[in-house]
Amino acid sequence: MAEVKEIKGGPGARGRGMPRPKVENPGALFKRIMGYVFKFYPIHMLTVLVCILLTVFSSVQGTLFTKTLIDAYIQPMLDSGSTDYGPLLGAIVRVAGFYALGVFSAFLQARVMVEINQGTLKRLREDLFTHMESLPIKYFDTHAHGDIMSIYTNDIDTLRQMISQSIPQMLSSAITIVSVLVSMVVLSLPLTFVTLVMVGIMLFCSAKATKSSGKNFVAQQKNLGELNGFIEEMMTGQKVVKVFNHEREAIERFDELNEELCQSAFKANAYSGALGPINAQLGNTSYVLCAMIGAAIALSDSVAVGFTVGGLASFLAFNKSFSMPINQVSMQFNSIIMALAGAERIFKLLDEQSETDDGYVMLVDSENKDGEIVEADHHTGHWAWKHYHKATDTTTYQPMEGDVTFNGVDFGYTDEKMVLHDIVLHAKPGQKIAFVGSTGAGKTTITNLINRFYDIQDGKIRYDNININKIKKSDLRRSLGIVLQDTHLFTGTVMDNIRYGKLDASDDEVIAAAKLANAHSFIKRLPEGYDTMLTGDGANLSQGQRQLLAIARAAIADPPVLILDEATSSIDTRTEKIVQDGMDRLMKGRTTFVIAHRLSTVRNSDCIIVLEHGRIIEQGTHDELIAKKQKYYQLYTGMKSETA
Amino acid sequence: MLKTLLSQVKEYKLPSILTPVCMLGEVVCEMVIPILMARIVDIGIYGKNMEYIFETGGMMIVIAILGLLCGIGGAYFGSKASTGFAKNLRKAMFDNIQTFSFSNIDKFSTSGLVTRLTTDVTNIQNAYMMTLRMAMRAPSSMIVAMVMSFIISPRLASIYFIAVLFLSVVIMFVMNRASKYFKEVFEKYDALNESVQENVSAIRVVKAYVREDYENDKFKKAALNIYNMFVKAEMNVVYMSPLMTGTVYACILLISWFGAHMIVGGELSTGNLMSLLTYCMNILMSLMFLAVIFVMLTMAAASGKRIAEVIEEKADLVNPKDPVMEVADGSISFENVDFAYDKESDEPVLKNINLSIKSGETIGVIGGTGSAKSSLVNLISRLYDVTAGSIKVGGVDVRDYDMEVLRDQVSVVLQKNVLFSGTILDNLRWGKKDATIDECKRACEMACADEFIERMPDGYDTVIEQGGTNVSGGQRQRLCIARALLKKPKILILDDSTSAVDTATDAKIRKAFAEEIPGTTKLIIAQRISSVQNCDRIIVMDDGQINGFGSHEELLKNNNIYREVYESQTGGSGDADFDRPSA
Repeated sequence: MAEVKEIKGGPGARGRGMPRPKVENPGALFKRIMGYVFKFYPIHMLTVLVCILLTVFSSVQGTLFTKTLIDAYIQPMLDSGSTDYGPLLGAIVRVAGFYALGVFSAFLQARVMVEINQGTLKRLREDLFTHMESLPIKYFDTHAHGDIMSIYTNDIDTLRQMISQSIPQMLSSAITIVSVLVSMVVLSLPLTFVTLVMVGIMLFCSAKATKSSGKNFVAQQKNLGELNGFIEEMMTGQKVVKVFNHEREAIERFDELNEELCQSAFKANAYSGALGPINAQLGNTSYVLCAMIGAAIALSDSVAVGFTVGGLASFLAFNKSFSMPINQVSMQFNSIIMALAGAERIFKLLDEQSETDDGYVMLVDSENKDGEIVEADHHTGHWAWKHYHKATDTTTYQPMEGDVTFNGVDFGYTDEKMVLHDIVLHAKPGQKIAFVGSTGAGKTTITNLINRFYDIQDGKIRYDNININKIKKSDLRRSLGIVLQDTHLFTGTVMDNIRYGKLDASDDEVIAAAKLANAHSFIKRLPEGYDTMLTGDGANLSQGQRQLLAIARAAIADPPVLILDEATSSIDTRTEKIVQDGMDRLMKGRTTFVIAHRLSTVRNSDCIIVLEHGRIIEQGTHDELIAKKQKYYQLYTGMKSETA
Repeated sequence: MLKTLLSQVKEYKLPSILTPVCMLGEVVCEMVIPILMARIVDIGIYGKNMEYIFETGGMMIVIAILGLLCGIGGAYFGSKASTGFAKNLRKAMFDNIQTFSFSNIDKFSTSGLVTRLTTDVTNIQNAYMMTLRMAMRAPSSMIVAMVMSFIISPRLASIYFIAVLFLSVVIMFVMNRASKYFKEVFEKYDALNESVQENVSAIRVVKAYVREDYENDKFKKAALNIYNMFVKAEMNVVYMSPLMTGTVYACILLISWFGAHMIVGGELSTGNLMSLLTYCMNILMSLMFLAVIFVMLTMAAASGKRIAEVIEEKADLVNPKDPVMEVADGSISFENVDFAYDKESDEPVLKNINLSIKSGETIGVIGGTGSAKSSLVNLISRLYDVTAGSIKVGGVDVRDYDMEVLRDQVSVVLQKNVLFSGTILDNLRWGKKDATIDECKRACEMACADEFIERMPDGYDTVIEQGGTNVSGGQRQRLCIARALLKKPKILILDDSTSAVDTATDAKIRKAFAEEIPGTTKLIIAQRISSVQNCDRIIVMDDGQINGFGSHEELLKNNNIYREVYESQTGGSGDADFDRPSA
């Protein structure tokens, strides 16, 4: 299935004319992000602040220089006819100093910003990932994987833009606006007034155009989503389209959607594209007005007002550098709001409740010393439950055997709706328990309770007579091997993937496990044997081969209790037999819970549990259940009548 | 590639031309303003000529309005041209994909095609708009400003000239270096995100093996690596912007110094000096824009190449000149057929196949993975062409039929089948557009789909989600069979189409076929012996060749492979179908 769900922002996605997403409490969010940044980079951030101040200061100094140049140096020289360039040289060197400072601080700021930005993102990524790993399975059940991924990609990306660009730009714009405003007021009050009126008009026009284009961007996004959905569906089913001669209908529908998108995209882009010229020409008009009025003032009575030609020149320069940052602020404001919407999702994940664990009974290596079980500091192949009793301040050891009982267990994914009712069963050490029943009967759910992927609402599950709630989750899970129906492999070599079951396993151990699981012979035939790289969840392997690897992975962990989910998918008979043999070997000597689809597995189980609608309706051995002539008998014989 | 892409501009040629024209107008307006400004200062102020100031000021406002009109025109035509171009590109690709044969489709991955139709087109659309609006604006703005500067003072303008040269070289150098780093870092970044994805989907494995800490360590290492690479890559570009500002500053200082000399020497007016300083920003900003456009175009080039590939791909199956428009009956014959997916391959998938199937026969096909069962049946409806030999349906070579006619009469239920979003009825009507509800119900009864459809709250109007995720595998297969039946084909091919259906229902479907459509030739590929053992004859495929062809009894007697499979399936390791939706 194509993973192109994520729709890349349309043209001009960030910045001009985009609608603002709704963010609750943006202030608090902003504070939290800044807290994050400041916590780890206080000195860096201070440096950036100082640098921004210095940069703005030097650029204002530079703009003022035009006035000084004309008024203080050129005009006097023209008036006096002097050719002594000494003072001018001095002034230029001084300004050059300011400029150099400005350039240097701009460089320093950019450099430090890289560290802040990437460092914060690194931390954020790590926190996200570590926290995600600690979340209960329920979180992954209730959140679409695409949405989780989008936090790591899209949301982190907008946040990166915000930290590295929007915020520094906002800051420097704000400082520029203030300092330019002050300079303008000093130069000429009436002209400042004219400039401010024009800025007001500019902001008003921007708001209008943004509103119109925002509406159309929403429409564009909707149409884009529809078209992309259609495209994805058609491309996935392209062969079916061909087989059914459905090309014409597909093209017709595509044309409709394509045209709709073209219309809304055109409008959205036209409006947002007009924003730039409108602001630019309003800026020019503002410039012209100031020039005319300023010239009039300068001419009328240059001495009394104290407004000179040089002053006018500087003012006009300020006028230009005033409208630019104002435009920028309104643009950056949008991206900041968008980034905050992303930040909201990031923090939401970080605020999710981690899986809790109150267990204190631990699983330890054990050995038998003089008839007494004691803890061993090395791998002995024997396990014991280490049980600390608070009341008596004593620690007892109890050998781990693999005895599992369910006693009146009720479970529901939500408290409102129970999916398992009054489950009672007993698996003695080394026994094989098979669950049968139709899809949705609750087979997989039961196995998920044993390793506490989910916690039960009522009843007790005991493991070697210890309530599993008292066992440390990690130790509990370590004692249970799982082979899931849909195998998941990780990017890495075949060796790495098997070793996943026991991280410190030697190569020989890995090979031994592969042999046990019947995986060795196919691995040997791979181009690079055990060093063959697997990518994309083992996409380069067949379904059967992936299952064999999953079995080997469980085998190397050597757990006393095993949970197996046999695959239903059709693999060819020969491979299936190989997989089956692998599983059978793995089951030997272990307590095994198996969600069974194979006759052989069901038939030779010590106990078959027939589930229907979350209840156990029958349990017993094959012969017992056949003799009962109830549901199992029907299922079994109904099917046999066909094959016989 | 460029030619292929540009040929899709079509009806949007006029806006495509008008956009740069408008932008040029805007640039001219913007350039004239500083000149008029200088005149106001020189003639108006120093000449104490109030009238001149207002006259010129008025002219400047008129020009600003003209500039505004040009700017808005540029935005209007620019978005018209670029969104229209994008629309045409998408359409050209989609239309061409519809003509693709299976082997064309195999060449591109599904996700690849989706990316080309979506993200790549968006990239091109953006680049096209940017090019139309900026590619004209930036260089012309730079050239006009340059020319103006030269008119005012060639000597001072040469400072800009040197600055532009200097910056161009630096930008080229930095971009060249940085792009290499960034390409590398983004690849790693994708890999990092892939590993997150892996963890999200395999979270049960991670938790079952208590590998949270292990994964955390792995991730932290990768994150640190990304951090280092990003910092290294970005360090390459941090001095770009300060360098740019520095150059602007240097120009201002130099112009001021030499300008002062010239003014005092009477060679330059104060107003002209101010204009020159304004042009400074214009020139260097345009240069920066050019660099951005350049980056955008290189990025878009990759997208453009991918799009052109799809548009240029030629469908490798075409209708014959005078196609046969009727299929006489459902007989099939293979004569010395060889087939390979890759025409150049020495190792054919099917080797020397000879088969003769009578109209109305029910044929089973069995064999291991990779034995070319699907390839065999896919040739019948001409989803692929044979490499050698010929296949006849109804006594006529499949290559002589009109493809639509042939595929209507040879109905295939593909192994990888899909349902589309829409109601169940919509999906069924893919088989026959104007099928009545009763016809649909009949087909569903035969495919044993009626029972579960009727149990659904909305019955035949139940909406199927994209990808058919709200029906079970067995239900989906039965719907697909019903859909194929609605075509009332002369030949029906089921490619492992009942693998998720329980054996009892499977048998019921086959029984319905035998009773209701006895005249239709049926080919059934299956893994389960029980699905094929009652067929008239069974083909045993092995490694691209026919290993055996006969009835169940005959094969049991004299075909080793068949016997082996039969024994393994009935001897205790067969299916226990408790997990399948019980009938």
